[in-house]
Amino acid sequence: MELILFYIASTVAILATVFALTRSNAAHALIYLIVSLLAVAVIFFLLGAPFAAALEVVIYAGAIMVLFVFVIMMLNLGEEGNQRERQRMHPTVWIGPSILSAVLLIEMLLVIANVDGPQTGALIGAKQVGLTLFGPYVLAVEIASMLLLAGLVGAYHVGRRFRLSEPAEAIEPRENSAENQEQA
Amino acid sequence: MSDFWIIVFAISVMLGAVGGAAVTTWFERRLLGLWQDRYGPNRLGPFGIGQVAADMIKLLTKHDWVPPFADKWVFIFAPTAIVVAMLLGFAVVPFGPGLQIIDLNIGLLFFLGMTSLAVYSVLLGGLASNNKYALLGGLRSAAQMVSYEVFMGLSLMGVVMLSGSFSMADIVESQRDGWYCFSQFLGLFVFVIAAIAESHRLPFDLPEAEHELTAGFHTEYSGMKFAMFMLGEYLGLILISCMITTLFFGGWLAPFSLTFIPAIIWFSLKTFLVICFFILLRCAIPRPRYDQLMSLGWKIMLPITLINLVITGAVALWIAGA
Repeated sequence: MELILFYIASTVAILATVFALTRSNAAHALIYLIVSLLAVAVIFFLLGAPFAAALEVVIYAGAIMVLFVFVIMMLNLGEEGNQRERQRMHPTVWIGPSILSAVLLIEMLLVIANVDGPQTGALIGAKQVGLTLFGPYVLAVEIASMLLLAGLVGAYHVGRRFRLSEPAEAIEPRENSAENQEQA
Repeated sequence: MSDFWIIVFAISVMLGAVGGAAVTTWFERRLLGLWQDRYGPNRLGPFGIGQVAADMIKLLTKHDWVPPFADKWVFIFAPTAIVVAMLLGFAVVPFGPGLQIIDLNIGLLFFLGMTSLAVYSVLLGGLASNNKYALLGGLRSAAQMVSYEVFMGLSLMGVVMLSGSFSMADIVESQRDGWYCFSQFLGLFVFVIAAIAESHRLPFDLPEAEHELTAGFHTEYSGMKFAMFMLGEYLGLILISCMITTLFFGGWLAPFSLTFIPAIIWFSLKTFLVICFFILLRCAIPRPRYDQLMSLGWKIMLPITLINLVITGAVALWIAGA
């Protein structure tokens, strides 16, 4: 039963990723990417990592992809954007990436062939994840948090400068820029 | 419960939630009328409850139209996402001892995941409509949801710390000594506000602010697809009320050891009172401006949540050590 579910979820993930790469409409590509992330979450769940599956849904599908959709909405590409994208996706563009990913695929198949067998059955809960993260991997957690802090400070700086250069009335930078684009 | 009964139970929860959402539309208007000293819908049937059926017949028999300039398939898909996500969220709600469709060990995260997926409905609806009002509504909702989602999740971590589990059944059981609305009142405060913003109900309904944006993200929607958006919104209202009951008001546990009244009655009663509170909030507070909403979130709510987390963690460690 689990094996069947695993193969269904994997097929959905692969197909959705392929569509996410090949669609010329940015919004459609993003929807395929979200489906692909949800399929990966199902795979995590089946492999006995419910916590990782939940985080995949909450953080990747639920927050990061929302920001991507947000950006797409701000850009408001429309039909011209699709046309431009279609011209850009000439068959010759695919040659380089295809060769590189084929090399990676062969490498991965070799690695899988040498592993003794899939580790299944053990359920890894939130507590174990937490203990591992703040035990042996605490350095990685700290580095990640420093990276996030740097990003936060950078974003604050960019936002601050933008706001100071504006006249006092225009306090809502985000909304105004969206409206200006609409009018343009 | 055996497999068969779980399926029966799941179907009855689904029908109950959809029926409850339909009745809530009528109940909300009557209650608003009562508080504003007017009648509300009172013509059809006893107390005007026939209005539910009348609204449904009107919405379902309208011409199901897709604007020619819209992105057709995304336009059709958008309203279904919110209904599916919200109905899935009901799977982890414990309605009574053992009365739960599935007791996931990540139940709380599952609920958060489903609410964050429901956002796509509004986003994609606004994007696919190809209309500037809808696009602005979608943009606003994206910013609002992403901001409020952050501390909606964080405000619940205090409850998780005290109960030591993400499972909804365990969280209810751990409240036998005292409901979390007392020990986690800051968490409750933040969660209520974040939950209103997540379900984009008044006073935080900026994505569809009718004064500025006609109807926001669902400007182009009519008939059955519009009904789906409304259904999703009211399902969301019921779902967050169930969650507030479960996480902060002891779920199905009886107060003052009044255990002769069945657990499911207690659960329904508490949820009903929370829904009434949300409706009262709707008629009591005006809508903030968009930048006020954002600064409220990041400058007041986030610090409160972090302080709550630090204090809760310190107290939990101190109790564990003593």
